[in-house]
Order: sequence, then C-alpha cells, then structure tokens
Amino acid sequence: MEIIMSVVIGFLFMAAVYLMLSKSLIRIIIGTGLLSHGAHLLLLTMGGLGGESPPVVADGVSVSDYADPLPQALILTAIVISFAVTSFFLVVAYRAYQELGTDNMELLKGTEDHE
Amino acid sequence: MSLVLLIFLPIIAALFIPLLFKKIGQIHTGWFVLLVPAALFIYYSTLLPSIAEGGNRVSELQWIPSLDIAFIAYIDGLSLLFSLLITGIGALVVLYSIFYLDKYREQLHNFYVYLLMFMTAMLGVVQSDHLISLYLFWELTSISSFLLIGYWYTRDRSRFGALKSMMITVFGGLMMLGGFVLLGIMGNTYSIRELISQAPELVGHDFFVWALVLILLGAFTKSAQFPFYIWLPDAMEAPTPVSAYLHSATMVKAGLYLVARFTPIFAASGTWVWLVTGIGLFTMLWGSFFALKQKDLKGILAFSTVSQLGLIMSLLGVSAAGFHVENATEIALNYAGFAAIFHLINHAVFKGSLFMIAGIVDHETGTRDIRKLGGLMSLMPISFTVAMIGAFSMAGLPPFGGFLSKEMFLTGMVALTEFDLLSMDVWGIMFPVIAWIGSVFTFIYSFYFVFHTFAGKHKPEELPKPAHEAPKGMLISPVFLAILAVVIFFIPNIVGEWLVKPAVAAIQPFMYDSPAAVDVHVAAWHGYITPELWMTIGIFAVGGLMFWSLRKWQHLYERFPNTLNSLYDKGMFLSDTGANRFSRTYMTGFIRSYLVYMFSFLVIIVLGTFVLNDAFAIDMNNLAPVGLYEIVIMLALLGSTLTILFSKSRLTAIIALGAVGYSVALFFVIFRAPDLALTQLVIETISVALFLLAFYHLPQISRKEERMRFRFGNAVIAFGVGVTMTLVALAAHSGKALPSISEFYKETVYTEAGGGNIVNVILVDYRGFDTLFEIGVLGIAGIGIITLIKLRLAKKEGQHENK
Repeated sequence: MEIIMSVVIGFLFMAAVYLMLSKSLIRIIIGTGLLSHGAHLLLLTMGGLGGESPPVVADGVSVSDYADPLPQALILTAIVISFAVTSFFLVVAYRAYQELGTDNMELLKGTEDHE
Repeated sequence: MSLVLLIFLPIIAALFIPLLFKKIGQIHTGWFVLLVPAALFIYYSTLLPSIAEGGNRVSELQWIPSLDIAFIAYIDGLSLLFSLLITGIGALVVLYSIFYLDKYREQLHNFYVYLLMFMTAMLGVVQSDHLISLYLFWELTSISSFLLIGYWYTRDRSRFGALKSMMITVFGGLMMLGGFVLLGIMGNTYSIRELISQAPELVGHDFFVWALVLILLGAFTKSAQFPFYIWLPDAMEAPTPVSAYLHSATMVKAGLYLVARFTPIFAASGTWVWLVTGIGLFTMLWGSFFALKQKDLKGILAFSTVSQLGLIMSLLGVSAAGFHVENATEIALNYAGFAAIFHLINHAVFKGSLFMIAGIVDHETGTRDIRKLGGLMSLMPISFTVAMIGAFSMAGLPPFGGFLSKEMFLTGMVALTEFDLLSMDVWGIMFPVIAWIGSVFTFIYSFYFVFHTFAGKHKPEELPKPAHEAPKGMLISPVFLAILAVVIFFIPNIVGEWLVKPAVAAIQPFMYDSPAAVDVHVAAWHGYITPELWMTIGIFAVGGLMFWSLRKWQHLYERFPNTLNSLYDKGMFLSDTGANRFSRTYMTGFIRSYLVYMFSFLVIIVLGTFVLNDAFAIDMNNLAPVGLYEIVIMLALLGSTLTILFSKSRLTAIIALGAVGYSVALFFVIFRAPDLALTQLVIETISVALFLLAFYHLPQISRKEERMRFRFGNAVIAFGVGVTMTLVALAAHSGKALPSISEFYKETVYTEAGGGNIVNVILVDYRGFDTLFEIGVLGIAGIGIITLIKLRLAKKEGQHENK
C-alpha cells in the first residue's frame, strides 16, 4: 500500500507544482492546497499504514496493534496551520483583486523604476 | 610596550586635532602636528647606536591572546631606517604643508587627522613582527591614502584617483593577506622572526610558491610596479605635501619594505629572484620611458617614482640571488643589498625635495603644465637650485647621493652576468642592458624636468599668476633635503655605517651575521676604471645628446596609446554593467521564474544525491496490504486532481479541490485516524467557501473562462518534482533505522496522562507546546485578515504610488 500511496503523493506534488507555475493567482493558491494535501498524506504514509485499530484506548484496555498516533498529531497541527495560511493568502488575493484589478501574475510585476 | 605605544602616538594625537583647529584657529594647526613626528624622530635617533651594533628592540602588546594575535613592535636595522624616514620626512612635510595650505580656506583638521593616521599606519607596517597586525596597518595605509588623495573631494579627478588607488592597493592587500595566512599555516606561527628561523623547512612546502606570489602581488601593487603602477599618476591629484610624503618617500616604499623583510624567507626560491628582479627592472625601464610623455610636473615625478621604485625592487631581487652562491661576498653581488637601501634613502631625499619644488612652482605660478612654464630660473633662484640638485641626484650625477647609488646599481646588475645559477647565464646579459637604457631615460627626464621648467624662455602671458620666489617657510624643507642630497655624497660611509649596514644585515642574514660584517666600502666610487664607469659615461653622453634633441622626437610619444589605463577603465565599466546585465537576465521579476529555479534545483540536488551517494533503496517488506476501498478512494482523488488540471472553468477547479480534500478525509478514515478525518472535513468545507468567495470577486475584465494553457517546460519541472517526491518517499520508507517512539505513548497514555485518545493526549499533554503556537498561528492569521480588510490608508485621488 505504501508504494501506491507514494506514487499518489508524487502525483499530487506534480499537479501542485504545475498549478503553481501558472499565471492565475487563484490557480496558484489551489496548487498550494494540493501541495499541503500531498504533504499530509506523505506524513501519514511515512508513519506506516499498518495497525488495526485507531489510536484510542477504550476503558483503559490497551490493544496491541494501534495505528501510529504521532504522525496523526503532527498532521493535525499541520492541517490547522496550512488552513490559517491558506485563508490569509486568499484574503490577500481578494484584496489584490480589489486594489489592482487583476489576478494575472505576469501583470503583477511592478514597474521599471519601482525596484 | 613603549615601542608599541609609540606606533599609536600619532593616531592618538590626531584625536585632538579637530579640537585645536576649532578652538585655536589663529595658529596654523600644522605647528601642533609638527611636534609629533619631530619627537618620534628624535626618539628613534637615540636607538641608532645600539641598532648599528646589531642589536634589536622588541616590545609586545597583546591584542587577541586566544588567537595568538598581538602587536609586536620589532626594531632592527631595516625597521629603524624606515621609521626614521617616516618620521623625518614626515616632519619636513608637515613643516612644508604649514606654508602650503591656507589656514582659512582649507579644512586643516581633516588633512592632519588623515596624515597622522597615515603615520601610525606606516610605523605599524615597518615595525610589526606579527603578520596579522602588519596586514591591519597595511590596509590602514591604503585607507588613509585614499582619504588624502580625495582631500579636495569636490573635484572629480580627486575622487577618481582616490578610488583607483583604493581598488588596486586593496586588491593587492587582500592577496597579501592570503599569502600571510598560507605562511601562518606553513610555519604554524605568525611571527616573522620565527618564520625566518624556519625558512629552510618552508621551502619544500606545497604552499610555498603560492604564498610567495600572493605576497609579491601585495608588494607590487603598493609599490606601483608594472602593471599596477597605473594608480600612482592618478594619485597626483592629492595636495603636493601628500604626494611628496606618501607617493614618493613612504607609502610606495611599503612594498619595498615587504620584499626586503621577506627576502630571508623567500630568497631560496628562484621564482622570487626572477620575479622581483625582472618586474623591478622592467618597471624601471617602462616608468623612465613614459616619464618623458608627461606634460604635468607631478606626472613626470610620478613616473619617475615608478621607475626608481622598480630600480630598488630589482636590486632587492639581486640581493636575494646572493642566497644561491657560496661566497656571495666575494663576487660583486653583495653590492646589491647595500645599493638598494642606499638608493632608497637617496630617493626619499631627492624625490621629496622635487615634489616640494613642483608644489612651489604650482603655488607661485598657478600651473603645473610644463609647456606653459619656462625661464623661472632668475625669478625663483632658490627653487631652481634645489630642483637642480634633486634632479641631478636623480640622474646620477656627481657630486650628489644619487651618483653613488647609481654606480652600485650598475655594479650589481653587471654582477648578475657572472652569476651562473637559475639560468642567469643565458639571460643575465639582459639585465645590465635594460638597466643602462633605463638609466639613460632617467637622465633625460631629470633634465627635462629641471630645464623645461626653469630654463628657456619665460612666458608670463600663459601663467595664471605672476611668478615669484616662494615664501621662506615653504623653502625650508626642500632646501634641507637638497643639502642632505649633497652631504650624503661626501659622507656615504657614515650613512652606510649607521643606517645602511644594519638594514642590509636584516635583509641578508644568510650572508652576514652582523652589520659589521657587511663588507662594502662606498669609497669605491673614485679610482680605477671599471665597466660601471664606462656605462656611466655612456649614460651621460647618450642622455645628453638625446635631451639636446628632445624637441625633435618627443612628439613620437603621442603614438603610444594608454593601454593599461584604458584596460582598467574598461574593466571597471564592464564589471559594473556586466554584473548589472547578468542579474537582469535571471532577476526577471516574474514569480514563475523564481519558482522554476527553486524547483529545478530541488530536483537536481535530490536526484543528484541519490545518484552520487547511491542513496536510493526500496524495501518491499513491512508493507500494509492493499484493500479495495483504498483503491476506490485513490481513483477518486486522482480523478479530481486531473479535473483541476484540465477544467475549463475555475469554479470546476475549486469544486474538484474540495473533492480532493474530502478524498483525503476518507483516506484518514480508512487509515484509522478519526480526529484527522473530522478536522479535514470541517476545514475543507471552510476552505472551499473561502475559495468561492475569492472567485466571486474576480475582476470583470479577466473573468473570461479559459483552460490552463499547456506549457511543456512547466510540465517537465512538475513531473520532475513529482518523481523526486515519490522516490524520496520510497527511499525514506525503506530506510527506517529506529523503531517508533509511539510505543511509549501507547503504554503510558492511560496510566500517566489519564486519557484514552492518544492523538489528543499528544496534542495537549505530551506535545502541548506545538498546539499553543498553532493556536498562535491561527490567531495571527485572523488578526491579519481583519487588518487587511478593515485597514485602509487614506489615498488621495490620482496619487497612485507607482505613478
């Protein structure tokens, strides 16, 4: 399973990079969204996909075969942080549309004397 | 200790100069400054008797003991000679500058602060025994020289000259630092004395030739040797006292000092002998040849300085050749070291006086252009006498000091022909020939300088000011130096005994144990017929003839282009525009270009590491089984991703991104991560809502829907990144070195932390700090969003900041 997941993650990264290299600002942000999905899945996969039960100790009875809890905790933190950053980006993009009237990255370059 | 402090005396005195200038304006500040070099000169003179007997003085002041860096003042014959020159000529130059610079119109406080700073720097250079502190003082001479050349900073030429000299001498200084560091590594010490004592072991070291060449680069740039002499003529924009002091008598001799000081270490190498002698002699010829092209009095003197420095340099090279001969004292090679030091003294004396005369002529007539000058002999008799003595000494005429050193120079050069090592037997004959031609030109330009200024027809209509003799005060220093030039001729052996021999013993410790052992008696100038005598007679005859016909052939000089200067100018221009153009090629201003660089380098570095370090491995064990649900979700995820890439409308892309997010949440469910699945579902929903909001506010103009255009370059890079990440994931999964720490969490979550949900306990208990700052991030993002939306700086109509 891990090998298949690695290929899927590679595919997500590929799509994300391709979108980030495009001209439209909103596509770039979609690209970053895909990139964070790829990274989260990578974390999960690297922790190992084995384990029969979710990492919850019910009534103090410990089962032997839990899924690894540490990557899950790390991913949870990463999800929240990437959400915060993405929402901030989106608002920046929204303000850029409002002020500058464009979402084309080629036009958002500044002028020659503005260096 | 006290010797080290004496080095710093001038710079400490400099602290009081601005105060004196502001408070006691009616007395010329120079009078106060004069006390410093005069006092130092008297003090250093008292050291003469003990040094002349072969003694030395050492004192030490710790600076950075943990790195073994200290100020060590070491005075032997060579250092003492230079210290006396620096303070002696320094005192005369300060005296001269008191009458040269006007106390009301000039910014004297700047001038004397720089000058005293320079004096400390020079004393430090010649007395330092520690390589690092030597380098410190060396760069301080470059900086103070830069400040002094740019003293009249409102003039373009001054700033140009200052920058040029700075660039060239600092380049050399940095090379020299490299050489010093190599020497320090080779000998495991930075002390010059200890390095000299280790010299025999250093010769075979791998770094030896590197250190040699780098240190010579430093010496050659400072002492204006070919092809680095080009800064010296441009440095003539400095006030004349500065030219007299720095650019004839002291700073340009720092390179000579360096070569002399390191001769005991490097003399064993044939490269050293050849480079120092060859470059020096060639510089002598080149400088004397082009001196005649100059129209500016100080220009002539600048080229003559270049030429004379080359002469001394070549003599130092010959003195190093003495190392290679068994009984060097028996063949005439032993004259070379003596001649070098003797001429160094002579040159400081006559060149100082000549510069001062050039300054007087400039001061009293308003021009330095030799074509406008002439016939000043009767108007300025004292200046003329001084100039004549200086120039005749420079030309090597009796009865002036220059004659003696010129004779010994020729002796040394002729001696090279008898020297049959280092393939000198083939090329050795070149040396006296070049030396002779150079001397002829020296003879001509010396006469050119004196007689085209003071003899001939007076042209009062071309002079900005009516010419008259300089005030007495301004004449004191040049007259004193001129008298010295004559006196040296009559008492050469006394000068030799007290000043030259101790210095020679320091340069050639491999030949002489003590100053008394230096077996050169300068009385050799009168008496029997030698080849040198015939050469001198030849110089006078040919030089005289050529000077007589100078008007007929001087115009030929116009045909020689200024290649080296234009090369420097072009180099500076190209490095400026070239660097600018280079950064413009890759700093495009498009974010896409920068992302392309980053991703390409990521791919190249990671894949390169895989290949070079053979880091890639794949391990098929410990894999989780593949289930049907996983395959279905995976297909949904891939399908939505492809939809994003190929959708025509952005709305579709946003919804497809939502689908990707939900598939990821399903993955979390399948892979037994309930908390992740919950969070992912909620957050994906909010994100999609935000995307829709941004989409709704797209500007009308560019809202037309279009499919993302396929670009091959982007696709290649994206594919590369994807493949790289897959390979990294596979390699990382296959190479687990240690078991997971999670066993600890699983065992203790209930007993220690009192919780059941291991993930949540990790988040708030085991690793609560992460969560704290994650809350911080969320809070900051929220505040940032509010600020972006609410905060508007009032902008006036039509005042766009980019307009």
